[in-house]
Amino acid sequence: MKKRLNRQTLEEAIFKGLAGGAFLIMAAALFFILVTVLVKGLPALNWQMLTQVPTAGYYVGKEGGILNAILGSLYLAAGGTLLALLLSLPIALYLEVYARGTRWANMVRLSMDVLWGIPSIVYGAFGFTLMLALGMRASLLGGIITLALVELPIMTRAMDEVIRLIPFELKEVSYALGSTRLETAMKVVFRQMLPGIVTAMLLAFGRGIGDAASVLFTAGYTDRVPTSLLRPVASLPLAVFFQLGTPYPEVQQRAYAAALILTLIIMFVSLGSRWIAGRLSQNVIK
Amino acid sequence: MCSEVLAVAYSPFLSWAMLMKQKTTQKDVCYTMRCHKERWGGRLFFFATVMPVALVLIIFVALLLRTRPILEAKSISELLLGQVWLPFQGEFGFFPFIMGTLWVTAVALILAVPLCLLSAIYLSEYSRPSTVALMKPVLDLLAGIPSVVYGVWGMLAVVPAVQKFIAPLLGKWLGSISLFSSDNPTGFSILSGGIVLAVMVAPVIISVAYEVMRTVPFGMREASLAVGATQWQTIRYVVMPQAMPGIVAAVVLGLSRAMGETMAVLMVVGNVANKLPRSIFDPAYPLPALIANNYGEMMSIPLYDAALMGAALVLMLVVVIFNVISALILRQILRRSGQ
Repeated sequence: MKKRLNRQTLEEAIFKGLAGGAFLIMAAALFFILVTVLVKGLPALNWQMLTQVPTAGYYVGKEGGILNAILGSLYLAAGGTLLALLLSLPIALYLEVYARGTRWANMVRLSMDVLWGIPSIVYGAFGFTLMLALGMRASLLGGIITLALVELPIMTRAMDEVIRLIPFELKEVSYALGSTRLETAMKVVFRQMLPGIVTAMLLAFGRGIGDAASVLFTAGYTDRVPTSLLRPVASLPLAVFFQLGTPYPEVQQRAYAAALILTLIIMFVSLGSRWIAGRLSQNVIK
Repeated sequence: MCSEVLAVAYSPFLSWAMLMKQKTTQKDVCYTMRCHKERWGGRLFFFATVMPVALVLIIFVALLLRTRPILEAKSISELLLGQVWLPFQGEFGFFPFIMGTLWVTAVALILAVPLCLLSAIYLSEYSRPSTVALMKPVLDLLAGIPSVVYGVWGMLAVVPAVQKFIAPLLGKWLGSISLFSSDNPTGFSILSGGIVLAVMVAPVIISVAYEVMRTVPFGMREASLAVGATQWQTIRYVVMPQAMPGIVAAVVLGLSRAMGETMAVLMVVGNVANKLPRSIFDPAYPLPALIANNYGEMMSIPLYDAALMGAALVLMLVVVIFNVISALILRQILRRSGQ
């Protein structure tokens, strides 16, 4: 009996140690990434990088910055997020208020799962095909549309999860007062899920701004600040990728700085969404 | 599931039929503005939901149409099993690329799955609530970090580590096994791609596996502990069997993420065509990297664009199948636990 107990405690200790060790390894690896990007990117980061567009000799190490890519990425992600919002909000509301528990709702959710799983490079290839068919060239508009497709399932899923947490009684109360389904959707459900919408938008924005594979085909790349929807536009992930591909160490340094800028934007968005969701959810009835 | 897949295939017709039905059954006439708003609002919202269902079909059909020229010129087995990729001579064999994708994904999962599951167990069963409260935002943040940043990290940290330490050491100890023999001096290899991918999918697998383990009722843990089981025995015989389907789904989710990942892998995996990988230190050329690297020149060579769109189609089908399976399993588990 004594021996058996010892074996049990030994087993317990071994596996607890293993689990703790694995957790430490993963946490360290993930922390290591942030440190690497910070250490490599910070020395190369300066004011000029943030405020200037590339000059003629930028890609062999001359003066300039990546303002074109920063602005381009913000335009692309903001446009894609707004476009995706226009679609995903009615979808989420319809699934909850109009088609709760129907076969059609299940089908829409299934196709959302399918869309969620499609790799962004496939969206890029599809967007490229679409643009060829329409006779468009690589442009801000093409990038925005493709990013909206990438972000649509992310956003809808996030909203769908929030909308389910709304107590059913709240809708019953609204119906009992004689409001229609549309009024319930817009005036009760919409307000209840407002923090969820903001979180979903920021989540999708973060995903969109970091996505390189889909804009590679559809948005192109340019050294100028975007002025029109039909012109090509630069983006931060591609700026990192292209600058890293050059053989000049100075330019590679700037790629690290660009990666740091991108990471900081993502961090900002991620923390911001938590903060906003916390602030807004004070008014939500649970 | 079969009927649901069929339903997706027929959805445009179905949705039209449903709309017709809606029209004919609602005989009562609207007199007030509110009633009209309600009706048109419903229709508008409904059309928004047609969009995702139709989009699945449209993407599939569009890629299939673009792939057709090469499907007419060559047989499917010739394409999928062909080993030579020479677009200028009209040779389009996907086999090395498919193998490249499989190798990198396999290495990533072998590295990631044990570590992630043990981490999830630690977070769910052993750790203090404050650790979880700290790790959750970090995991969310890491899941959101762009793949190109992971790629930069891979080039800065993983590739040199593989080149200078891992490849020489493993080559010395286990070089007689062809899986670990190394004749690639650069470090841009399957192993580098696998390590970067493993770290990329880790936040996803850990957080999904954690959620699934939390759905196991606490009463079951207490019952097990009350009859004298140790904590590990409780995990091993009570929590794990309950959570198993969800854990499988978490891993499959990670797998499909890893397969479709483009930029991070592209930057560290070497991208050498026409060579079947034999060891984890060989370079490879996965499907997404093939598409991303060649889109610029594909319009100038006959059948080249069709071949690349075919690659996108193959990738999409494989990834979507895995993803839907895992999504269906996960949805059922999380619904059953009442979340």
